Amino acid sequence: MALIEVENLSVQYGTKGQLVRAVEGVSLRVDARESYGLVGESGSGKSTILRAICGLAPVTAGQIRIGGQPVPTPRGRAFSRRVQMVFQDPYASLHPRHTLDRTLSEPLAIHGIGGSDARVVKALEDVGLPANFRFRYPHQLSGGQRQRVAIARALMLEPEILLLDEPTSALDASVQAETLNLLNRLREERGLTFLMVSHDLAVIDHMCDRVLVMQHGRAVEELTRDQLAGAKMTTDYARTLFDASADRMLEA
Amino acid sequence: MATWTEWLRDPSPASRTQARLGQSYLAWLRMRRNPLAMVGLFIILVLLFIAAFAPMVATHDPLAQNLSQRLLPPGTPGHWLGTDDFGRDIWSRIAYGSRITLYIVTLVAVTAPLIGLLIGTVAGYFGGWVDQVLMRITDIFLAFPRLILALALVAVLGPGIENAVLAIALTAWPPYARVARAETLTVRTSDYIAAVRLQGAGAGRIIWGHVMPMCLPSVIIRVTLDMAGVILIAAGLGFLGLGVQPPTPEWGLMISSGRKFLFEQWWVATMPGLAIFIVSLGFNLLGDGLRDVLDPRSSGK
Amino acid sequence: MTLLSVKDLRVTFDTEAGRVEAVRGVSFSLGRERLGIVGESGSGKTMTGRSVLRLIRPPGRIEATEMVFDGTDLLRASEREMRALRGQRIAMVMQDPKYSLNPVMKVGAQLTEGLRQRDGMSARAARLKAIEALEAVQIRGPERVMEAYPHELSGGMGQRVMIAMMLIPNPDLLIADEPTSALDVTVQAEVLSILDGLVRDRGMGLIFISHDLRLVGRFCDRVLVMYKGRVVEELEAKNLMQAEHPYTRGLLNCLPRIGGSRAPLPGLDRAAEWAE
Repeated sequence: MALIEVENLSVQYGTKGQLVRAVEGVSLRVDARESYGLVGESGSGKSTILRAICGLAPVTAGQIRIGGQPVPTPRGRAFSRRVQMVFQDPYASLHPRHTLDRTLSEPLAIHGIGGSDARVVKALEDVGLPANFRFRYPHQLSGGQRQRVAIARALMLEPEILLLDEPTSALDASVQAETLNLLNRLREERGLTFLMVSHDLAVIDHMCDRVLVMQHGRAVEELTRDQLAGAKMTTDYARTLFDASADRMLEA
Repeated sequence: MATWTEWLRDPSPASRTQARLGQSYLAWLRMRRNPLAMVGLFIILVLLFIAAFAPMVATHDPLAQNLSQRLLPPGTPGHWLGTDDFGRDIWSRIAYGSRITLYIVTLVAVTAPLIGLLIGTVAGYFGGWVDQVLMRITDIFLAFPRLILALALVAVLGPGIENAVLAIALTAWPPYARVARAETLTVRTSDYIAAVRLQGAGAGRIIWGHVMPMCLPSVIIRVTLDMAGVILIAAGLGFLGLGVQPPTPEWGLMISSGRKFLFEQWWVATMPGLAIFIVSLGFNLLGDGLRDVLDPRSSGK
Repeated sequence: MTLLSVKDLRVTFDTEAGRVEAVRGVSFSLGRERLGIVGESGSGKTMTGRSVLRLIRPPGRIEATEMVFDGTDLLRASEREMRALRGQRIAMVMQDPKYSLNPVMKVGAQLTEGLRQRDGMSARAARLKAIEALEAVQIRGPERVMEAYPHELSGGMGQRVMIAMMLIPNPDLLIADEPTSALDVTVQAEVLSILDGLVRDRGMGLIFISHDLRLVGRFCDRVLVMYKGRVVEELEAKNLMQAEHPYTRGLLNCLPRIGGSRAPLPGLDRAAEWAE
């Protein structure tokens, strides 16, 4: 049985009197300990799927099940201990007036988990930040360091599923490499399941076992890693996307 | 001494207490670099000192009348700021009056922004009908001139300093609610609020711990700018016989009683007026400095 | 023929924390070609681009032994002369069109404003010229776009409008600072081919600033690799894959590739002497 099941998901909302169909009838299944990618261009609805799973976007039709159980609305605390998210922009996802210590101990306080001193230090070490960063503010850190903090925060509640919304697109190439390596190491160590969104096929290919190509809110084609590397896509759009990423291929 | 500051400046503190104290120390250092804020702080400290030690600072009994010495100009031996129409020493009255001013200002500065912040952030965070209801109430309060509304409230509650404070506080919160709501609307959709929601935090925790700190600086600015107005409204209420009652030495009341002699004996109204001016200036300068200190991003890297 | 020549450019900021040198002795010259400047954030690539237009605000200071654009000494030019150069002869395209277009003015009004005020064109002539510029950047239905407000345009469309706006005065040099970073890959390709065509057809010089080494390698003729305010390597774009400097090599290697192995990506071990 798949850990994450999304069935015929549709997300619609109205802005300025216009109805926006962000996601239309998308289905996907992610097995436990699998890493699944969503790829597409802006406006394809890939991030909206993650937000809908978390309850940050309204589900107008379809069903989301985690471990076979439909997710409750509102998502509730049990959900937040199973599923966490890392956001795209590390400059916007950390509270500018909270120290790292406050940011990392907040989830523990919400769930009434004790021993936060030791856990915060451990969490910083796990993501490769020195323990003396603990009382710094986000503006004192670089983008890569902030993203590490965001990852540490997502792992504070020891979830099984991590939703990654373009976690490296705001970072420099070398920092992206470090962050991707960190995510892979943590997945290995903790047996995490990833659902990852990116516009970069090379990143998706490096990180994910299977990938769903999306366009205009609809699923276009699902590819395994081998199909992607072997350019065995069957739809035109997936082909266009692949060709536009030609410079990201491994040189023959 | 050196070890103390070293401990405070330690870039990698060992405990939360040390981190917090260190932050306050750094904030103080930042504040000290701003000379205008230091002037403001100095004025407020002098006000606090005078209020605390009024009996020692004052040269006369503020209520003792001496009709043989009425309307003496400033610089008269024994009365360096002169005397008023009942022969009371103006300096002593200002010194004692600082207590009342401070009392009113503190109470209003604590209650009104708090009410405003609460209403503004709750309205902004929840949106929808909660927002509609709370903001329409705010609009109703804003639609009345402040003094008239305060007058009506005092008329219902009865005259007196506590009721005056209550009336001022109840009429002063709507601007704060507006400011807080506007700020909340921009913060509400940010990723860091989404992140804490994902961790299962309730609305109360989010509003109190995550939204309010973002609204504080703009509210603090407004508070400091409003302080002069608060002192004047209190004076206005006193003048109309609805606030502080004579012969209590309240600055606003002193101005209104000096009004009749403004052209011949200018000092009777001018001296308490200067006191109000200096104190308002102090609050403004301090508030400006505080805003910079409260924003950790302004500290530089 | 040399269009722009820069020697020993330095940009320094005097801050409370002391003196920060954002650019430390950068030299290059540019003909009617495509020059790429690559580096990570904080490498000084954007500052280098802005210095050419003297768009560095105090407390920043620009120093150089030489900075000459087509015979004009940019260091000694008066603010008035600089204003005449900016936009007219040297144009700049920024990363995000959202922040470069006036949100409360229609696109058409923004495109024709300069033509009508500076060149004293009639409304009709200016409009025709603007439509022509929009067509040059391959916008379909330019009349419709002229009537739109910036927020009604998509990212790719906005960026094309920006490029069209910069091209109306027919500049000799275009400085493009991450012009495609905010765009989708398929749109990116279109915008690049537009820029490419303009350089070729109009004989314009182009400084293309980007963090994306592969993109610059594919698109430019020559590449400067910057690290901490210095140029660590200058090479022909076609030889990029044979770069020698360990920093350039590190930047190339740390990128994941489609069909590459799952092994941890090689990190970039920064040696202190690169910054020397």
